[in-house]
Amino acid sequence: MNYMTDRKRATGLGAAGAGTHHHWQMMGTSIALVVLVPLFVVTFAIGLGGTYEDVIAFFGRPVPAIITGLSLVVGIIHLKSEADEAIVDYMHGTAQKLALKFVAALSYTLIAAGLFALVKLAL
Amino acid sequence: MVEFALPKNSRITTGKTWPKPEGATNVRKFQIYRWNPDDGKNPQVDTYFLDMDKCGPMVLDALIKIKNEIDPTLTFRRSCREGICGSCAMNIDGINTLACIYGLDEVSGDVKIYPLPHMPVVKDLIPDLTHFYAQHASIMPWLETKTNRPAKEWKQSIEDRKKLDGLYECVMCASCSTSCPSYWWNGDRYLGPAALLHAYRWIIDSRDEATGERLDNLEDPFKLYRCHTIMNCAKTCPKGLNPAKAIANIKQMMVERNV
Repeated sequence: MNYMTDRKRATGLGAAGAGTHHHWQMMGTSIALVVLVPLFVVTFAIGLGGTYEDVIAFFGRPVPAIITGLSLVVGIIHLKSEADEAIVDYMHGTAQKLALKFVAALSYTLIAAGLFALVKLAL
Repeated sequence: MVEFALPKNSRITTGKTWPKPEGATNVRKFQIYRWNPDDGKNPQVDTYFLDMDKCGPMVLDALIKIKNEIDPTLTFRRSCREGICGSCAMNIDGINTLACIYGLDEVSGDVKIYPLPHMPVVKDLIPDLTHFYAQHASIMPWLETKTNRPAKEWKQSIEDRKKLDGLYECVMCASCSTSCPSYWWNGDRYLGPAALLHAYRWIIDSRDEATGERLDNLEDPFKLYRCHTIMNCAKTCPKGLNPAKAIANIKQMMVERNV
């Protein structure tokens, strides 16, 4: 039996004082991707069709490497933010916390792997 | 956690079919959700037939006619009959709206009436709005001032008063909040469009001096940021208001004070 008042139930633990940073980050990455995705598609298309050495050399150049790197990092951060939203919406309790940690670990691993591959191509 | 199926004791069964009115030529079929907490049965949908030549034009007229002439046990809230009190909000033909201002001619085919979705049901078409009202109270829906009271009144310019248009008209019928998927899944913590529209109404009021505290109270991943701009609230509002826009404005103010 729980004798909590309706008002106390509605107030809960109070405001967490967070959320705006996530919202602002989502807006920032969304706008950045509007520019980055077309740039990456064009860059990737230009790099296609060459020999193995040509492609290695192409992605070793600063502009294609930076565009690819930024697209990778910003894209995965945005994807992580969206996945976090879906998890918080639809999962609760321990499953939610574990899923959030899993998505964070997967996202940062993908970023690290992608950047490592890019650096390896460039060097 | 999101659930894709109703619990066993909430699954709707076919209910009683009441006889058609004798001698009537203009008959319309009404399918209405019924649930009585005292009989221990699952909810059911009862079927009624009304002679439309002897019925008023609104859905509420039909409900009152059914209650008066066919089945006095049918239970629903109603009061003003002109869209001001917000009592008769229910799901009509798949849309959350006020039965008193929703015309029967706006419904094609059979008229299907259910209580507001995803809320505990008290009986038949009456949802339990206790938590909804408590959430409204939590946003402090009153003028909060720190300055000593002025001699006459709190003055407001015509321009500042205009900012409240599209906000003050809300009658708290809960149609918007109960149409919002985010409120369905996280209604215990997400304030929902109605409470947030009211929060913005006081945040934007030029006379209110608790803007910072109000924004502090909303800065929360659940209270405010479960809104994903789905826009069901604006689509369903029987008063034609746009809670989604009010929520977007709150988010904008949050960013402004952070960045």
